[in-house]
Amino acid sequence: MLKRLITSREALLMLIILVLIGLVAIRFPRFITLSNLAGVFNDTSPLILLAIGQMIVILTKCIDLSVAANLALTGMVVAMINVAAPGVPVVVIIAVAIGLGALMGAFNGLLVWKLDIPPIVVTLGTMTIYRGTVFVISNGKWVNSHEMTQAFKAFPRYELFGMPMMSWTAIIAVIIFFIVMTRTTLGRSFYAVGGNPHAATYAGINVGRSQFWAFTISGALAGLTGYLWVSRYAVAYVNVASGFELDVVAACVIGGISIAGGIGSVGGALLGAIFLGVIKNALPVINVSPFWQLAISGSAIIIAVALNARSNKNHGRIILKSAEKTQ
Amino acid sequence: MKTTERIIPDRLQSPIQRYLKSWETLLLAVAVAIFIANSFASPYFLNAWNLSDATFNFTEKAMIAFAMALLIISGEIDLSVASMIALASTAMGAAVQAGFGTPVLILVGLGTGVICGAFNGILVTRMGLPSIVVTIGTMSLFRGISYIVLGDQAYRGYPSDFTFFGQGYIWWVISFEFVLFLIIAIIYGIILHKTNFGRAVFAIGNNPTGALFSGIRVQRVKFILFLLTGFMSGIAAICLTSRLGSTRPSIAFGWELEIITMVVLGGVNILGGSGSIPGVVIAAFVMGLVTFGLGLLNVPGIVMSIVIGALLIGVIAMPRIWKMTRTN
Repeated sequence: MLKRLITSREALLMLIILVLIGLVAIRFPRFITLSNLAGVFNDTSPLILLAIGQMIVILTKCIDLSVAANLALTGMVVAMINVAAPGVPVVVIIAVAIGLGALMGAFNGLLVWKLDIPPIVVTLGTMTIYRGTVFVISNGKWVNSHEMTQAFKAFPRYELFGMPMMSWTAIIAVIIFFIVMTRTTLGRSFYAVGGNPHAATYAGINVGRSQFWAFTISGALAGLTGYLWVSRYAVAYVNVASGFELDVVAACVIGGISIAGGIGSVGGALLGAIFLGVIKNALPVINVSPFWQLAISGSAIIIAVALNARSNKNHGRIILKSAEKTQ
Repeated sequence: MKTTERIIPDRLQSPIQRYLKSWETLLLAVAVAIFIANSFASPYFLNAWNLSDATFNFTEKAMIAFAMALLIISGEIDLSVASMIALASTAMGAAVQAGFGTPVLILVGLGTGVICGAFNGILVTRMGLPSIVVTIGTMSLFRGISYIVLGDQAYRGYPSDFTFFGQGYIWWVISFEFVLFLIIAIIYGIILHKTNFGRAVFAIGNNPTGALFSGIRVQRVKFILFLLTGFMSGIAAICLTSRLGSTRPSIAFGWELEIITMVVLGGVNILGGSGSIPGVVIAAFVMGLVTFGLGLLNVPGIVMSIVIGALLIGVIAMPRIWKMTRTN
């Protein structure tokens, strides 16, 4: 048990993150103060939320490139609702955000499930459609801070036990989905579908429906993040979180989630997101130009996927040794 | 994943029937419809110079789309193409700063593309990594290097004879880029449809293990395809840089998705195994005509992207919905 824990991918990633934080701390000790680390976590919360959803989608052999566009559209819709009807309570706003996000995710899922269109094509298309719709409904205008109500902006910043609600949302999502993925039939079906779709079908799992739910969950989380993002930065515009979908996929890959499906965990997605978050926050501290960030996260993805491939090599049991050799 | 039932017919459809029912014919009909709609919608559409300008909307992307089509048919994908353009353009900009002339610039552009393609190819074929993840990584890496080199600056001052590639005309309204696009289309058409190499690409996409047992060097073919994609990105980088006359790290941002849309719209199966170059050529025209026509109607670029996105899903969904309603 202990040995498995130490040699697990999550433990290795945790170690790398700690070393990274340690290296930064040598140059700049104040980086490891509790308040700063909490700040880093808070900054990373949107990435964590999206990475959890993306992880479930990737588990089922799919990919969701529309999450950032979904986030932008939901964010814009709730911001416009807030401007048009300032009396609507935040709880309703959050429900609308989750519902709308889930709806967009479900649309992706339906296309994949019922029409059997490859997920990368579906989400490539809906990505541009959702993003374009933000422009259409907003006419390209921004919703600025002074137009939003205080209550709308206050929620992600509201502090509970010394941590803002933004961080709490991420923590709660991690806990919920940890339970869902390890303790429920739905969670297990995601693994089954990705691990071996044929076997899953014979086990009575509807592969398409599982993929549909994965997309719906991913969409719901993207919608929730949309509200949090827009209210925290107190601005909504067309290009909110543009290109963020790749960061989300990157977080998953770094977190050890296999793009071939079936392998991954909530903990992996969490750590992958934190890894990217630490890099993003550490670069300005150690006086490296933020222009380095893109190249560093790119290298991290390549190294991570190379390491993952290496550690996955011994997994399957080879039945026909002679056939394996000829390959 | 569903098991697909294949019914083998007693006799083949007649060639004319097959031709009429082909994806390319459907796409061509769409292209013609858009062309006619455009000429009614805007009085400025049927103007030789305007139409010539419109070709610039797609020629550079289409050049890469041909190589991408082969790559996707073989079952791989390359999301780093736009970033390779950025890096190749940055390298050419740096060469200009170092005082080199046009011939060296071209070598630098093509060389950068080939090196980037080889890098992707090695990671995918030697280390056996999934190409979608590798190229998401190199997509950040290549453009990231451009950002490290340039930051918020730009390279300018390209020599005047360098402008020919993106701004030159061969004859009347026929631009150099358009001619290059046609030549490349023909070359790729021959490679894919008339050579052993092309057959190998199809074979690998349909069944890599079967291809391997048939004596096809699967990994080598895939490596060559990644090299080709890099090389084409280099050519596109030369044309685009020459046309814009400057290099910023954000150059060609988001093109990878448009290029893949073009390929898929052209009837190439995203899962590999089937597709044709004529299809991609027509898809390039469809996308060019849509963006140009909407542009003449003052529709903003982002709304055009909705149309492109809907087109992508629509043309793939339609035959499937059609089939579903017929079987029910």
